[in-house]
Amino acid sequence: MRIRLSKEKSGSGVIRSGGGSAVVFIILLVSALFMLLPFYYAIVQSLKPMQEIFAFPPKFYVRNPTLSNYKSLMQLTNSMWIPFWRYVFNSVSQTAIGTVLIIIISSLAAFPLAKCDFPGRNLIFKTVVTSLLFVGPITAVPAFIVIAKLGLYNTYLALIVPSLASSLGLFLMKNFMEQLNDSLIESAKIDGAGLVTIYYRIVMPLTKPAWITVMILTIQSLWGGAGNGYIYDEQLKSLPVALSQITASGMARSGASAAAGVVLMIPPFIFFVLSQRNVVQTMANAGIKE
Amino acid sequence: MRKDLFLHNLKKARDNKVCYLMVFPFLLFFLAFTIIPVVASFFLSFTNYNMLESARFVGIENYIRMFLDDDVFIKALSNTIIFAVVTGPISYFACLIFAWLINELSPTVRAILTFVFYAPTMSGSLYVIWAFIFSGDSYGLLNSFLQTLGVVSEPVQWLTDTKTLVTCVMVVSVWASLGASFLSFIAGFQTIDTSVYEAAAIDGIRNRVEELVRITLPLMGPQLMFGAVMQIAGAFGAGGISQALCGYPTTDDAGTTLVLLISDLGTERYEMGYACAMSFVLFALMILVNNIIQTVIRKHAST
Repeated sequence: MRIRLSKEKSGSGVIRSGGGSAVVFIILLVSALFMLLPFYYAIVQSLKPMQEIFAFPPKFYVRNPTLSNYKSLMQLTNSMWIPFWRYVFNSVSQTAIGTVLIIIISSLAAFPLAKCDFPGRNLIFKTVVTSLLFVGPITAVPAFIVIAKLGLYNTYLALIVPSLASSLGLFLMKNFMEQLNDSLIESAKIDGAGLVTIYYRIVMPLTKPAWITVMILTIQSLWGGAGNGYIYDEQLKSLPVALSQITASGMARSGASAAAGVVLMIPPFIFFVLSQRNVVQTMANAGIKE
Repeated sequence: MRKDLFLHNLKKARDNKVCYLMVFPFLLFFLAFTIIPVVASFFLSFTNYNMLESARFVGIENYIRMFLDDDVFIKALSNTIIFAVVTGPISYFACLIFAWLINELSPTVRAILTFVFYAPTMSGSLYVIWAFIFSGDSYGLLNSFLQTLGVVSEPVQWLTDTKTLVTCVMVVSVWASLGASFLSFIAGFQTIDTSVYEAAAIDGIRNRVEELVRITLPLMGPQLMFGAVMQIAGAFGAGGISQALCGYPTTDDAGTTLVLLISDLGTERYEMGYACAMSFVLFALMILVNNIIQTVIRKHAST
C-alpha cells in the first residue's frame, strides 16, 4: 500500500523529502494499528470456539472460526430475567426519539441565534459555549437532583429528556447556519414567509450536513447508554447496560461478551461511514470565534 | 440615555417574538439540566442536603471537610489533575498531529484513516476488550506477550496494581479521545486557503513543521479553541473508563477521579450537599483551566 500525496490539494510550495513521507507513513501505520487493535481482538475473540478461548498462551488469531459465541449470546439474553427484546426496544426507541427531538430543538434555536438580531442573543450563545465544558458525567449529580425533583427519576423520560438541550448540537448548527447567505433569507421575508417557514423550507434543507453531524453525535451518546444512571428498574434500562452484565461475568463468557461488543458497535459505525462527508463539512465551521 | 437603550431593546425584543419562541424549547431544557444543576450545586454546597430532609445551611463546612479532613477527596482531586495534565495535552496534540498528517493524503485514504482514528470514540462499550488485553492472569494478551518474550516472568496485575493501573486507564483514555476536536481539526486543515502556503514558501518557510507552526496554526484559532474546550471536558470528566476497566473503588483509590467520587457520594450515599461542593470545585477548576488555555491560544492565533 502506497500513500499518494495529493499535491494539488495541499498545494504546498514546500517540498517534502522522500524520507519524510516514509516516516509519516510508519507513524500513521503504527498508530492506526494501535487504534484498531481492540476491534480486531474483539472480532477474533468473538469468533473463537471455547477451547481456543481457553488455549494457553492466548492466540492473536482464530484457527476454527465459529458463530457459537453469537449463538450463546442469544441464549444468554433469552435466559435473562427481562426479555432481551425489551432492552433492544428501549435502546432503539431512546436513540430514535431522542435524536429526532434533539435535532429539532437545537436547529430551531440555532437559526435565530445565527441570523436574527434580538436582545439576549449573545448572552445565550456565550453561555452555551461555556457549557460545552460541562458534559454529562460532570453535571450528573446536580442534574440528578433536578431529575428527581421533576419526578423523572426511574422513568423512560429520564433516558431522553436530560439530553434534549445539546450544547454541542446547538453550537455546531449555529456556526453552520451563519455561513448561509443572508440575501436568501431576506428575499424569503420579502415574499412574506415567516421565520418558521424559512426555517423548515430554506434553512433546514441547506444545513443538512450540520444536522446529520448532530445526528451522528447524538446517536453515539444515546446508543452508548446515556441516561441509564437515572434508572434503577431493569426493564427500563437500555442495551449497553444489559450487555455489560453479560461481560461482567468472567472468562467463561468472554467469547459472548466480545460478541456483544461487536454487535453494539455496528450501528454507530454504519451511520458514521454513511455520513462522514457531511460531518467533515460541518466541522469546518466548528470554531469558537470571538 | 440608558432608558432609551432599554426602550430600544424592548421594541427589538417585541419585534422578534418569534425568535424567542424558537429558542424557548432549547432554553427550557438547557436551564433545567445544565444551568440549574450548576447554579444549584453552588448553593447546595453550603448545606447538608441529603434528598430526604430539607437542606440545612452549614456554611463552608463541606469545603473545610473536603480539603482538611477527606483523604479520598484529596486523592481524587490529585488523580483528576494528574490525569488531565497527562491525557489532556497528549490527546489534544494527537488530534492535531493526526489531523495534520491525514490532511496530506488522498481523499480515499483520508476518509479511511479518519474513520480508523475516530472509531474508538464511537464504540462506547468496547472498553471491555481492553480488559482482556490487560487481564491480570496469563490469559491476558499483554501478559502472555511479555511472558513469551521473557520480559516478565510472572503475570502483571495491570488493572489492580496501583503502579500500572493509572497508566492503563490513561492509555485507553487517549485511545478513545480522538473525538469532535479531531474532526474539527481535519475540517480546519481542509478549509485553509492553500495560496498562503505558496506565499509562505516564497517568504522563506523551509519545512512542513515550520509551515504548520507559523502559518497554519495561527489561521486555525477558532478550531484550536473549540478543540481545547472539548479535550478539557473529556480530560476532567474522566472516570467512566477507570470504572469499566478497574471497577470502583480501586486499590488505594488509585483510579478514583472526582467524577467517580462525586457520583458515589451523590447517588449511593445521598450526601448531596457534599457532592455538590465537590462538583463546584470541579466546575471552577475546569473554567479556570479553560480560561488560561483560551488566553494562550488567543495570544498566538487570530480568532
